[in-house]
Parts: sequence; C-alpha cells; structure tokens
Amino acid sequence: MKKTMMGNYAASWGAQLSRVQVIAAYPITPQTLIVEKLSDIVADGELKAKFIKVESEHSAMAACIGASSTGARAYTATSAQGLALMHEMLHWAGLARLPIVMANVNRAMAPGWSIWADQNDSLSQRDTGWMSIFSSSAQDILDSTIISYKVSEKVLLPTLISFDAFFLSHTVEVVDMPEQELVDKFLPPYKPEYKMDVNDPRSFGALTDEQYYYEFRYKMQEAMDQAIDVIKETCREYEEITGRHYDLIHAYRCEDADMIMVTSGTIAETTNVTVDTLREEGHKVGNLQIRYIRPYPKKDILAAIGGAKKLAVIDRNISPGYSGIFSQELKSALYNEIDIPVRSYIAGLGGRDVKIEDIKDIAYNALEHDEPNDLIWKGVKK
Amino acid sequence: MIEIRMHGRGGQGAVKASFVLAEAAFQGGKYVQAFPRFGVERRGAPVEAFTRIDDKPVQIRSQIYYPDGVIVLDPTLTEVVDVTKGLKKGGWILINSNKNPEEYDFGDEYNVYIVDATDIAVQNKLGSRSAPIVNTAIVGAFAKITGLVEIDAVYKGIENSIPRFQEENKKAAKQAYDSIKSE
Amino acid sequence: MAIKFQKSDKPIKIEGAHDMPPMPAALGSMLFNKTGSWRNVRPVIDYDKCIKCFICWKFCPEPAIKIVDEKPVIDYDYCKGCLMCVEECPKDAINEELEGK
Repeated sequence: MKKTMMGNYAASWGAQLSRVQVIAAYPITPQTLIVEKLSDIVADGELKAKFIKVESEHSAMAACIGASSTGARAYTATSAQGLALMHEMLHWAGLARLPIVMANVNRAMAPGWSIWADQNDSLSQRDTGWMSIFSSSAQDILDSTIISYKVSEKVLLPTLISFDAFFLSHTVEVVDMPEQELVDKFLPPYKPEYKMDVNDPRSFGALTDEQYYYEFRYKMQEAMDQAIDVIKETCREYEEITGRHYDLIHAYRCEDADMIMVTSGTIAETTNVTVDTLREEGHKVGNLQIRYIRPYPKKDILAAIGGAKKLAVIDRNISPGYSGIFSQELKSALYNEIDIPVRSYIAGLGGRDVKIEDIKDIAYNALEHDEPNDLIWKGVKK
Repeated sequence: MIEIRMHGRGGQGAVKASFVLAEAAFQGGKYVQAFPRFGVERRGAPVEAFTRIDDKPVQIRSQIYYPDGVIVLDPTLTEVVDVTKGLKKGGWILINSNKNPEEYDFGDEYNVYIVDATDIAVQNKLGSRSAPIVNTAIVGAFAKITGLVEIDAVYKGIENSIPRFQEENKKAAKQAYDSIKSE
Repeated sequence: MAIKFQKSDKPIKIEGAHDMPPMPAALGSMLFNKTGSWRNVRPVIDYDKCIKCFICWKFCPEPAIKIVDEKPVIDYDYCKGCLMCVEECPKDAINEELEGK
C-alpha cells in the first residue's frame, strides 16, 4: 500500500515489518524519530518486541549484541557522535558475526556542532566488519531494512544502513509499504545455528590466540565475498514479490556514456536528474550510484564503467590528509584494470545543499579537463 | 514538476502545512516530496518548508530555490522576509491575510491571492484565537488556485494526516476553497 | 564445512578455518581442558564450620564451586586454587592445603 512518510519512519516501519524482537537505542538528532516511532509501535502492542532504554549508544550496541547472541532479531539506530561512541562494540558485533541491522542517519561530526548531512560518521566505521549501505530514498530505506535482515542472517554479518540527515530523514515522500504477510514469507524467523543458550552453556568471544584469530579474520573476509552473491540473490527474490529492483550499485544511463559521475546517498538521485538535463544538452554522461561500500562491488563497478573515458566522483565526506573516500575506493578498484582518468570532487559537507546547478558545474569541469586529480573543493569559500 | 515554498513562523505549522499539502496531492494521484528548511526551529522565528509535486517519483534532493508558488502563513512576514525570492515569473503568491490583494505590491510578474485563513480557522475553532491553526484552510485555497488537486483529495489528505477535528478541518478547507474567486 | 555446534565426547581437532565456527565460540574444549591441574594450593571446606551462606559459591571466579545437597562443593577438576573462597568465607571455614603433600 502506498503512503506518504518521512525517511525516518520508513526505517521504523522497515524494522516493524522485519518483526525485530529487540530494539535498544539512545536518541540523537536527526535519528530520534526512528526510535520514538518504534517505542510507540511496541507500546501499542503492534510489534511483539522488547524495547530497551539505555544510557548511551555504546550500551545500545552492547544490548543488541547480547540479544543477537541469544538468537533474537535486534535493531538499533543512531547518528554521528552516537555511532562513533559505538565504535568498539561495532567491531565486536562484526567479529562475533551477529546479524544486527542498524540505521545511521548521516550527520556531520562535531565540532562545530552540526546536525546536518555528511557521510564521515559511517565511513569512519568502514573497517568494522559491517556490510554498509548508503540509501537514497525513503523507499530504499524501508526495503533495505527488510532485505538486510535476510542477507545478514545468511552470511552472519551485521548491516549498517546510512541515509542523509534531513534530505532523507525528515523528508516526506511516497513509499510503497509491502504487506506483512508478504514480508513474512520473504523473511522467515531467525534460527541461528550458533547461539547463547542456558540449556547448552558455552563461552562466546573468549581468549583466541594467534593459532585461531587469523583464521577468524579469514572467515570474515570469506563471508564478505559470499555476501555479494547473497545480496544479489536476495534482491532478486525481493523484486519478485515487490517489483522493486535493488543491487549493490545502480547504474543510470551508463551504457553508452563517455563520462560517468560516481555518487552515493541523496546526491546520487539529484545526479540522475542532472544527467537527464546534461544529455539534453548533448553530453553523453551517466551516473553510477554506489549503494554498498562493504562488501565493495568491484566487479559490478568495472562492468558498469565499461568503455567510459572518464570518471567524476562526488564525495560528501573526506579523509583529511588524502581525499574523498569513495574516490579512493574507486581508484583502488580501477588500478591494473581500467586506465582512465578519475576526477574527484568534495561537495555538501556539513549539510551544504548540493543543487542540480552544483552537479552540473562539476560535470562541466570534468568534461573540460582530461587530467586526473585527487581533490577539488566544489564551492568552498576561500 | 511544481515546487512550492511555505513561509511561516516557528510553531505556526508551516512544516505540517507542507506535509498536508503533499498528502492532498498524493491523494490526488501525484508523487510528492515535502520537507522543512533544515534549520533549528525556534518559536516565532521565520521558518520555511517546501513541497514538490510531480507525475513521477521526485528525485531532486536539494532545497527549493526557484519556486512556482509561495505560500505565506503569516501576513506580517511579508515585511521581514523577501517572500518572492527566486519566485518564477508568472508565479503565484498565496497570503493568509484579511487585506485586499491590491494592498500587496510585488510587481507585475506575480499573481497574488489572499485567503483569510486565520478567520476561517477561528470560525471552525481550529487552534486558539491567539494561535489559530491555518494549515487546512491554506491547502483548500491552494487547491482552488492551482487546480492541481480536487477538493476531495484535500479531504482525503486531511483524513490521513490530521488526527483530530477532521470535520472542522474539512469545513475550513472547503470555505477557503470557495473564498478564492476564479479569474 | 564448519564443525557442528554440538558437544563431543572427545576433544575436537581443528585443522583450519574450514572446520572452525564463524565466530570465536567454544566448541566444548573445557570438557577436556581441566584447569584443576594448574592448582598448587587446594581450598578444603570444613563442613563443621560451614554455615551454608554460599558466599564462596558466589565469589568463585571459575565457577568451580557447585551446590550439591544444599552444600557448597568444590570441583577440583576446575578449581585453579586462587583461594578467593578462603579470603571471602566469613567463618574461616575453608582451609588451605599444599598440593602434592
């Protein structure tokens, strides 16, 4: 059924439709509405779940780890400093191979205090062993939540679903809510082979010396590799029941493009519209939206680039001292594979609006220059 | 695609108005997007909210700079905010006011419409006399001006997005709808 | 294939990643790894003094003190001899004995 809803509520209802059993969360702007709605849903008896109020995000993730270890489907949501405070527990959830799903509303790290969109918060957690999605619409948030539980529970890795503060979190748009019955068929209850059980006591996460630790890391990488196929298969299943197509990337008008813009999050959707206007002007450009940064869909990306002659990356994030993070990832994927120039742009940090005009400027700049570069600050006031 | 900007004061319901407008258009079969200007809202301070309406899903995810129409929820705002900023030539301005349209001078490029949404809200006991809730009256007037949505879609929008006093809100929307004289 | 997550009656031999579970979870190795062999001092409960307050049971970090027939009983297969029970017993009812004597 189609409804209008805010991006944040799409996350809440995605969790409800997934029949999460434990929610542990601490409020932080702009995430607050997600868990506020879930606490209502639980209090009203619309979802049979335990809502655990905690004193910090570190505790929220710790509670999710405990719940997930016992075989419960666990959910939480956070943003920026909250996600950073969880950092230690994120590694734990990853290495304990717990299929927790978490929403993170992408918000700039302080100081200066900011509540606005910026991807540095979730990209700082790139190496914690979580699968990591950047959603670009409210529909995407809801569907990704449901899909992610199925994927996570298959490969035993947690998933982080990130989306831009306000541009998505507080924006009302039309979302098609799948029927509960349909979701139940798609996503059966979680029945883990390995779980904490008082009737079968054993230790979890105990001392692991160099004899085994190395192999656990190997197995995690193996799971990430397998996840690429599992994600594709699960997205296909989801498409069969809902008609909505998802993949690790979304290539828009890339087939015959001379130049491809590489984007993520809400900037990706505005870029789709920009590509249409650039095409009308006669420029053969496309847009390659990166949805998953982990596992990194290298093969898909190379295939989508195909015969393009140039790439222009837009990053709403920066690794200070080098460059935008999507740009680094892209260049490492191209190395030894495709030899074309990559032009890298930073835009929209701290929630600065990225308009069609801005994306056009970036495209014109990239069309005019053939030499590669590491970093151009779009619209910085020098 | 139609892009609309709302001007209001913090606590007056401009953001809610943008949502109700979107809901009405959605009930009329359109794709919509509605969002506040991403600031820290303060009671009484000028605030803005935006609504996009289109026949296909809306993919633009930036704020609105060149609106097709502007809605002003509080008449005193025209003195402190440039409500026509970026407004497209031939665009419309809908002001909640008890003055005559002739009393507003925005030049010849725009069409000015007036609705006394405050009076309509008070008549229907929406909000209090000092803080009337004018959302639904404004949306009724909008429906008439643009012809984008039928009054029935506005009613459905109210049923879906306003939890209380639905009949009073529908009456207010209809009264505002009827108060706009077609040219 | 990873080893099935079930108790085994003999120590499980792990060759490599392929037969490890996905996460560091015990496969029952403590059934065979009897840490009682680490002990050089043995705590012994004097049941004439014991008031069955079970403070020793609560404090044993292993936990190697069990409740059997409503009495605390030390499981010497796993007691490492840390003597925390001796320290905590309010009635000085637990004595220390050197092992190997």
